[in-house]
Order: sequence, then structure tokens, then C-alpha cells
Amino acid sequence: MTSEPLVLGIETSCDETGVGIVRGHTLLADAVASSVDEHARFGGVVPEVASRAHLEAMVPTIQRALEQAGVKASDLDGIAVTSGPGLAGALLVGVAAAKAYAYALGKPLYGVNHLASHICVDQLEHGALPEPTMALLVSGGHSSLLLAPDITSDVRPLGATIDDAAGEAFDKVARLLGLGFPGGPAIDRHAREGDPTAIGFPRGLTGPRDPVYDFSFSGLKTAVARWVEARKRAGEPVPVADVSASFQEAVVDVLTRKAVRACRDNGVDHLMIGGGVAANSRLRALAEERCAAAGIVLRVPRPKLCTDNGAMVAALGAEMVARNRAPSALDLSADSSLPVTEISVPGPGPGTGLGRAHGLSQGPENSHDRQVGGGHRHGPGHDHVHEVSGENLYS
Amino acid sequence: MLLLAFDTATPAITVALHDGVRVLAESTEVDARRHGELLLPAVDRVLATAGARIGDVTDLVVGVGPGPYTGLRVGLVTAAALGDALGVPTHGVCTLDGIAAASGLDGPFVVATDARRKEVYWARYQDPFTREGEPAVDRPAEVAARVAGLPAVGAGALLYPEAFPGAAGPEHVSAAALASLAAARLAGGVPLLPPRPLYLRRPDAQVPAGYKAVLPT
Repeated sequence: MTSEPLVLGIETSCDETGVGIVRGHTLLADAVASSVDEHARFGGVVPEVASRAHLEAMVPTIQRALEQAGVKASDLDGIAVTSGPGLAGALLVGVAAAKAYAYALGKPLYGVNHLASHICVDQLEHGALPEPTMALLVSGGHSSLLLAPDITSDVRPLGATIDDAAGEAFDKVARLLGLGFPGGPAIDRHAREGDPTAIGFPRGLTGPRDPVYDFSFSGLKTAVARWVEARKRAGEPVPVADVSASFQEAVVDVLTRKAVRACRDNGVDHLMIGGGVAANSRLRALAEERCAAAGIVLRVPRPKLCTDNGAMVAALGAEMVARNRAPSALDLSADSSLPVTEISVPGPGPGTGLGRAHGLSQGPENSHDRQVGGGHRHGPGHDHVHEVSGENLYS
Repeated sequence: MLLLAFDTATPAITVALHDGVRVLAESTEVDARRHGELLLPAVDRVLATAGARIGDVTDLVVGVGPGPYTGLRVGLVTAAALGDALGVPTHGVCTLDGIAAASGLDGPFVVATDARRKEVYWARYQDPFTREGEPAVDRPAEVAARVAGLPAVGAGALLYPEAFPGAAGPEHVSAAALASLAAARLAGGVPLLPPRPLYLRRPDAQVPAGYKAVLPT
């Protein structure tokens, strides 16, 4: 290839309508329309509200990205889109839009994995990913440790949350403390004024017989709720700053401890952290400190590239084009529970994509298995997006 | 004129190509859960059948519902994206109007489609091309009370025979009817709808009632 691939990426897996444009490892545009304000009063993302907002924002956000990048749609080498995992109805808007643009413009279409995109985005910040890359992905929907020998074809889940995602715990604790939604930035802010050692909240799944790389934040969330309730019942004021700092410390302590352990165990000398929780200042600081102590190079993209965006999808799409991976077919579907091991969804046509080596070869005859909400099975270590539900702490 | 029409507001994924005079090719598949997968391949197939290419299309027509939201949005976002990429106008047509146009009835009648949750999307028509008022979503019994005695067409009418005795087809909309209707209206200078969804319901999201204690009381 004489010049690096110019790729547009579309991301609609949750509440951000993201459209990014990259040329190889260079970020040209990163347009995001967020519906977060519309969800705030519900205390979490409402899938139907998010889907409606995606439809409204889709074409204007594409137009804004093309304008920002100063390129014409006809110049693109490909169009990439998050095909999963995420909210089914939300994903479908982005996938349908991507297919229409790819078809009308005569460009190859790449349905790619949201989690692999969160890793690949770091190429826009720090250049080519080392191979293998160790990645800690932490967001409102995911908390995973992933080892990626090849970001376009081989991502191996080492561990994931067995209950709540880290960002979900931030949201729920923020709600408990009356700090609003989304909870991450609010807790981060209050924690700066608090003592992280004030309250010894539990570190989930850190016992000697617990899974080494899995996470659990549901028990922590309940422990915080019990502590706060006990305080209130005793008629004592709730020290919001200390609770925030101590809760946040419990989360980032476990995240960084397990990530560093994963690097050591696998002989990987650097760590990439991505996802919305990677914007947390204490996570960044503690990861920096522990990685430095362990001789591990830390790669964390700027916060705007850590939260959901289209640039990360474009980054992975560009890598797919550069490595000559097989594009997707026009019957590409949204898959709300796409396993992280399926980095892209190649079509049945001729192609050299190594992604097919994972048994992904998929013809029209089995496309029924891939429908939205379809029941195909996923292995362990695969975490689903948690939609807002009234089942846990709140009803 | 080469008009590409499609609709995903009913269980049908239906696509048609119209040259301003007649329908050149059409495709209709019924699969309520696969609108996202089936629409673009159907568009491609219809164009190929007519020996046309997507770049030849001069107008897009999309059914704007009312219909179940997830499928409805597939058609709307596809139309918006194709329209933007091709630089051609995108028009909306009420999905119920498409069913009415294909009803084969001449007196007053009702079109009802399945709105799920034991409700129907419906509208009343003076004749196949004249709707009275805006489409609505209601329980079948409420609709029956207001339109008693009128013939009814559409899957929503067929689904509730107690409310719509003698209901008949067509069950779902066909893009061929939608395309013919749009072509006639464009030729007659009748404005079409903006390509925006007719949801007719607000998202059902509840503001959380309040905090539920975890400690025993």
C-alpha cells in the first residue's frame, strides 16, 4: 500500500454517536454526539432513548467528521462500524448506516469488535501497538483483561468482571451518594478531597483461591451502601469525600494489581488501559506508579479517546485494511453479545482475512445464528453490556 | 426518475424500484427480527434485477411508520445514509398509507398494524389515497368502538378478529405500493413527509422510584 489507509469509523454501541476518521495511525476527525444528558434523570442509559438519539445524530455526525477531517467520502478506503458488543437497538443504527454508506460509495465494510477498538485506539496516541499488547478495558459496560498478540485477528480474554462493570459500580455508588449520573467524574472529583484509607472497603476476588484475573464490583458496591446506610441510621453525616476516595481506591487497587500481575505472568512489559474508566485520575496515577515499580511501560490514551468514540473504530478499521483482512458482507448484523475473540465479522466472500481462522466463516446458511438477540453461545471470560436495570440496589 | 423505496416498519423487509411510470423490480421478505440484515442485500438484489446501479437512483422513499421502533429505524437510517452518500432527496411516506393504497377497497376503511403490547397502530381512510387525520396507537377495542362497521385491513386488524371482524389483507406494506404512491404524489406536486420516524409512543423508561436499602429494617 502506497499510502496509509483512510478509514471512517462509526460507533453506536451505547449512548455516544461517534464518527471518527483516521489515516493509518493519524487521527483526522473525532466527532461525538452524546445523549448522556437525556439519560441522567433515569440514573443510567435507557436503550430506547439512546437508539432514538443515534438515528437523529447519525448523518449530521458523519458530515461533521468529514468536514473536520477535510476529506471527501469518495476518498475513503473503507468504512468500519462497531457490530458488537453493546445495546442491540443502538448498535443496529450504526451498522445499518455503515452498510448504506459503504454500499452507496462502493467501499469495503468492516464490522468490528467494540473492545478490540478500545485497545486499537492507542495507535492514534502512541503509535503501533506492541505485539502482544496487554490491555485493561474498564468502562460502564466492561471490565476485562485482554492479551492481544494481533489486534486484527487474535485477542485473548484473560479475565473479566463476573458481575458489575467497574464504571457501573461508579454510577451506582454516585447515585447512593446523591452525586448524579454519570458517576465516574463526580466520584473522581469528590475523592480528591477525601482520604482513600479512611474506610477499608473490600477488594473483590483477591483471595488466594479466587480467579487471578477476574473482577467483581457488586460486593464492593453493596459494602459501600451498607456503610453509608449505617451512618445515616446512626444519625451521623456521610463523609462523601472519604467514601468516594475509599471506594475509588478499592476499585483501582484491584484493577491495577491484577493488570500488573497479568503483565508479569505473561512476560509482557507494557500495559494499555482503555474504556471510560481510564479517564479516572486515580486509576491513571496508581497505574503509573505500579507500572513504574514493575518496569512496565504504561500506555493510556487521552480521556476523549478512552470513552466511546468513532476514532477507535476507524483505528481498528485502518489496521484491518493495512493487514488486508477480509471485509464484512452486506448482511452484517449487530450482535449485542459479540465475543471479544471475534474481532471482526468477515463476510463469506473470497478474502485473506485471518479472522476466519477462528471458525468465523459465515455464509448465508447460518446467518440466522447471528441475528440481534440470537442465542449463540459465548465462552467464559466474555462480559455483556449491563443495561440499566432495577434489579440490584435500586428499584 | 429512478425511485428506490423501502419500508421496515412492519415484519416485512420490502424494497421496490420505480421509474416514475411503473415498478421495475421489487422484493418482499417477512422476518420481523432480521430487518438489519436483510434490507441492504434486498436493495442490491432489486437494483440488479432491474439492471440498475445505486448511483442511478434519483429519489429515495422510506416508510416512516408507525411501526416497532428497532426495525423502523433500520429503514430510516439506511435512507438517510444513502441519501447523504448519493446526494439525492429522501422522502417519507406513512407506512399505513402504503397499505391503504394496496387495500383494493373504495369506501371508508381502517388500516391497523401490530403495535405489540396488545395495541395497534391505525388510521382511518376515506379511500385508498385519502387518510383522515393522523395515525394513532390504541387498544383494538378502543379503535373498534370508534370505527365500528368499517372494513379493516392489515396485520393489526387480522390479529384481533373480535375487534375487527372480517378483517382482510394486505397484512404488511409493500414497497411497490409505497413507491407508486410516492411517484404519483411527487408528480402531482403533493409534498411527502420528512424522513422522520412516527414512534407515537414515548420511550418507556421509568425514573427510578428511590433508594432501596440493603440493610435489613
